[in-house]
Amino acid sequence: MIRIAMKMLMGDRAKYFTLVGGLSIVVFLFIQQGSVFCGLIGRTAKPVEAIGAPIWVVDKNLQVVDEFKGLLDTDLTRVRSVEGVKWAVPLFIRQVTVRLSNGKFQAVRLVGIDNATMVGRPPKILEGRIEDLNAPDAVIIGKAEMERLGNPKIGDTFEINDRRARVVGIADVPRDFLSNPYVYATFDRAVQYTPRERKLMNYILAAPKDGYTMAQVLANIRKTTDLAAYDEDGMRWLTMNYYMKNTGIPVNIGISLFLVFLVGMAIIGQTFYAFALQNEKYFGALKAMGTSSFTLVKMIVIQSLVVGVIGYGIGVGMGTMIGFLAGPNAKLAFYTPYQLIYISFIVTILICLLSSILSIQRVLRLEPAVVFRG
Amino acid sequence: MTGTKSAPDPCRAVTLQSVNKSFGVGETFIKVLKDITLDIKCGELLLLVGPSGCGKTTLLSVLAGILDVDDGVVDVFGSRLDQFSQSKKTDFRRNSIGFIFQQYNLIPTLTATENVAVPLIVNKKPYDKALVKAREYLELVGLGDRADHFPSQLSGGQQQRVAIARALVGEPRLIVCDEPTAALDGETGKLVMEMFRKVALSPERAIVVVTHDNRIFGYGDRIAEMLDGRIIDVRENPEHL
Repeated sequence: MIRIAMKMLMGDRAKYFTLVGGLSIVVFLFIQQGSVFCGLIGRTAKPVEAIGAPIWVVDKNLQVVDEFKGLLDTDLTRVRSVEGVKWAVPLFIRQVTVRLSNGKFQAVRLVGIDNATMVGRPPKILEGRIEDLNAPDAVIIGKAEMERLGNPKIGDTFEINDRRARVVGIADVPRDFLSNPYVYATFDRAVQYTPRERKLMNYILAAPKDGYTMAQVLANIRKTTDLAAYDEDGMRWLTMNYYMKNTGIPVNIGISLFLVFLVGMAIIGQTFYAFALQNEKYFGALKAMGTSSFTLVKMIVIQSLVVGVIGYGIGVGMGTMIGFLAGPNAKLAFYTPYQLIYISFIVTILICLLSSILSIQRVLRLEPAVVFRG
Repeated sequence: MTGTKSAPDPCRAVTLQSVNKSFGVGETFIKVLKDITLDIKCGELLLLVGPSGCGKTTLLSVLAGILDVDDGVVDVFGSRLDQFSQSKKTDFRRNSIGFIFQQYNLIPTLTATENVAVPLIVNKKPYDKALVKAREYLELVGLGDRADHFPSQLSGGQQQRVAIARALVGEPRLIVCDEPTAALDGETGKLVMEMFRKVALSPERAIVVVTHDNRIFGYGDRIAEMLDGRIIDVRENPEHL
């Protein structure tokens, strides 16, 4: 009977393509909106990835990596003395304004990394060397959003707070939520590029000693220093949770996803129902010939699941193709985690099953005697 | 009798005793079958005739196990359908009844062979074997060369022959036909009935045909005439005596 169900489904090309096409578009929109959401939220935590450190020690009231809550110099000493801490270095992050050669101004994320160890350096240097940061006025810029700085080359200069900065390298840095270019300098130079403040350092980057677990070291730092300490993943989630709780992104995209679900239900449900109405007399004939209601329900459910799986495959393919075509560090915030693929599959199957309920009800109520009505 | 099986009578295919059937309640209540008593013999083609609304199709549905009766005995080849549960009736229809409908009800997305094979597939026969047997029956009704055609590629007469092959393929003991020639022109209707009598009638089988096409009255062994929910006359057809 499954073969007959398939032939009934696929034999009516117009309805079959409407069902599969409609569902593909629904899945595509779901994946696209979901990936944009994941991409946007993921970008809020990109500064954490751009700096890269096993442990982040921050003010205990810090809510997000983009906040600048200063730490005391003595905090660095205290963290270094915590049991299980292998090393700890200062990090400086500020939002500063760059004056470009054409006279325009551009906000940048200035990252001051430890002079000696260069911990906090960009993940990958594309041009130049990290050691060149020790040269006078040296900065390394992130390739992403570099066009906002006029696409400078090595040796080009610009001004940060009226102080000269010379590009000595270009690094591969992920785009972040604020979309400001990254400028890396040594800690001491970064301090000079900003107005004088009482507390300069706002992060301490650290690592656990061998033989200590990450959890132990984090707990030791919290207990000993009264500061907050996170591993890299914890720091990412601190930031992402802040944006999810305090911005309209989840609500706006959530509404879009809900509408996609409703529209999907309407399109698929209506088409399935029309399909069931059109096939009513054949279902009636099958019922008269001794097909049980259970078998007919099974036929409808399988028809809907087949449409669901095919539509899902096409929709996921189209959705992820956008991310593939855009590339890994594109302006488009697009990230498709495997969880989204699973969730969209569940949503698709849910749409198909709910849509087929009306058809199932109709078939269950169908009197086989309907076949004798000319 | 309390059991669901009565002793089979080799000469009696269907026995209806004092069958009543009504629809609706209150103001919409209507009694469609009134005290129907009728015997149908094995090897017989019975025509059920009468004006529209007289209860012919309802009676056909009752003896095919599609509709329940209010009271009375419905015995088909020894099975008391009036005592069967719905699922048992479904099994009974699957195994023992062949259907021919006025509008053929061939599934448009299946080929002629696949349509004929449907009762076998419903009866859980392997798909490929079902198709082989279906082709044999299409040959029997003279449509071997149309086996891979879809219903829309067949004429009305050819579609009804496919429907006849579908009704026969499961080798049912009772075949019920609802206005089999209503959608056909006179000549085609006669040809279809001639072919139908030839291939469908056998000593172990009974056929009941509802019709008001008087051009095919000559193809019945007996004619039962209904009026207003009652059988008012049952007469032998002298041509087939």
